[in-house]
Amino acid sequence: MSALLEIKDLRVAFHGDRGRITRAVDSVDLTVASGTTLGLVGESGCGKSVTSLAVMGLLPRSATITGRIGFEGIDLLALPDRAMRDLRGDRLAMIFQEPMTSLNPSYTIGEQIIEAVVRHRGVSRREARAHAIDMLTKVKIPAPERRIDDYPHKLSGGMRQRVMIAMALSCDPELLIADEPTTALDVTIQAEILDLLRELKATTLSAVIMITHDLGVVAEICDEVAVMYAGEIVERAPIDVIFERPGHPYTVGLLGSIPRLDRRTERLATVPGRVPDMTAPPPGCRFAPRCPFAAEICIAAPPPRVPLSREHWTRCVRAPIEELVQ
Amino acid sequence: MTGALLAVDRLEKHFVLRRSFLGSPTFVVRAVDGVSFTLRQGETLALVGESGSGKSTVGRLVLRLIEPSAGRVVFDGRDVFALDPSALQALRRDAQLVFQDPYASLNPRMLVGDILAEPLKLHAVVPRSRRHGRVAELLDLVGLNPKLARRYPHEFSGGQRQRIAIARALAVEPRLIVCDEPVSSLDVSIRAQVLNLLRDLRERLGLAYLFISHDLAVVKHIADRIAVMNFGRIVETANAETLFAAPRHPYTRALLSAIPVPRPRAKRERIAMGDVPSVLTPPAGCHFNTRCPFAVERCRNERPALADDGSGHATACHRWAELPAAAAVASEGQGSPVLDRLIAAFEPADVRADAGVDTVESERTGAPALR
Repeated sequence: MSALLEIKDLRVAFHGDRGRITRAVDSVDLTVASGTTLGLVGESGCGKSVTSLAVMGLLPRSATITGRIGFEGIDLLALPDRAMRDLRGDRLAMIFQEPMTSLNPSYTIGEQIIEAVVRHRGVSRREARAHAIDMLTKVKIPAPERRIDDYPHKLSGGMRQRVMIAMALSCDPELLIADEPTTALDVTIQAEILDLLRELKATTLSAVIMITHDLGVVAEICDEVAVMYAGEIVERAPIDVIFERPGHPYTVGLLGSIPRLDRRTERLATVPGRVPDMTAPPPGCRFAPRCPFAAEICIAAPPPRVPLSREHWTRCVRAPIEELVQ
Repeated sequence: MTGALLAVDRLEKHFVLRRSFLGSPTFVVRAVDGVSFTLRQGETLALVGESGSGKSTVGRLVLRLIEPSAGRVVFDGRDVFALDPSALQALRRDAQLVFQDPYASLNPRMLVGDILAEPLKLHAVVPRSRRHGRVAELLDLVGLNPKLARRYPHEFSGGQRQRIAIARALAVEPRLIVCDEPVSSLDVSIRAQVLNLLRDLRERLGLAYLFISHDLAVVKHIADRIAVMNFGRIVETANAETLFAAPRHPYTRALLSAIPVPRPRAKRERIAMGDVPSVLTPPAGCHFNTRCPFAVERCRNERPALADDGSGHATACHRWAELPAAAAVASEGQGSPVLDRLIAAFEPADVRADAGVDTVESERTGAPALR
């Protein structure tokens, strides 16, 4: 397994009014190997979407971006806009939570897929149309040869999400970034979309980054997990490990706040307080003000990356935390 | 039915989509199609279902925010749809609503203190001199610092805003709160805070909730009883434990089987369902028959009645008794003792303390809260 995507020391800052700087992403290191699905987990404002938009080259020009985003040896951050446009939609693709924000309501779904295929593959419109029908079949849209001429508003939410997936996959990308692709859908539709992604992962895609706040979704389709908090990755672990022996207190808090289906819980665990103000993050460990395990040492300096096993590390100076509750 | 705080009887709501030249309806959506249930003081009933199932419409009918096409709602002996305007105003004091989106439900131009004082004024809950004190009590009740009364809604995070919306609903000392997806727009850890708060308030104030949600895990956590809705009808109702342990209706089974379980490799067999038919043209007979793996001829012709088995577990399915026993919800496995001990470190002593750090934090920095 080689690294398909290798992010090194990525930092993204936004400059607000009155000279305030929001450090949305701070020294993020992340590798995604070919053949894996990585879950990028965290709550609103933790920087997970900003990280993925940086990979896609979709951040506004006002953002200050430093670091390196290596994709198959190319540094995406050093790439001229034109070259980035060639890559995007071709070898890198992204799908979003709300399909209507990425589908143009005034074009048929077929025209939108065909446009991408013609742009990146240089084939004729007829070939592109045949390919679009294939893609719609692949994402299980019934009667694709008729549906291809429909406008997006004629489709249900689940169908639109499928169309968006078909569009994203139409040029056979190596990396798909899925940003909360099932959050707005009913559970039954969500289950179908997850099945579809799992199937496509096995056949066409080489790697997927699944951005989500739903640990249930992570357990369903991811191989590995990176947990983000306040702009940093605080834990990285294989899927089995994270649900059994999480290494970071924040991960524990997230796991404890999900209502369990198989047992009666009177009271959910809660992470007190809220995400810090990113214009002035707390000193030392950013999670310390909300952490039940916090001690003096946590506030003194930013925590180092502590390895827990070969594929598992946590950014917690008190690790291994399980020894604190024995 | 005696002893019920709320009794809903054969409630119907039809929305006319198209009328003929002469104005008679030609195209009608039956958003609510014969729904009956009761709710006792202090009880939580959850309405669950996919989008378009009619669950929110039921919530709005119960509060008479919209008028029904047929049926009755009796709240504490009062026929809600027969009330004159002043009696309706009195009803609004007893039954309140909390919406999904705390960004849209609070007036951005009003101070939080004024938002909370408005219902006190409108319903003359406390004398004018006590209003200020009552606002402080309400904020304290939902775990916010009373000093925050002098802030505007935009200075609060989503979870805090939802606490304010709950405080506003509580201002008039209601007995029933209709919660329409109250935690759906919140992050997981914040969602847990608000769910704990709702449970806590129910115990302390003896509130009844009509809890509308599409999230079955959340519903299992908060509800005493659950009613599953599909196409405007209740297809199954039972107490929460029973419904999850032994679902009967094929639709309930399929819904439960679709919930992603936060355990890798959890044993789970998802029951596939076909696509949802259009709400404009639901299939005849049982509305679920086109998606149901067990449908027979009878299901396509005859509408199944919601039949109670005597234990309070009612199912609207011709065939439930002959179906193979449903595998209960996917087991989440043994769990991890290490994880359980770690999680225990997060359990708060008092639910109201949850938001404490929040307010201290924003006071110290003096900066408006970021989401």
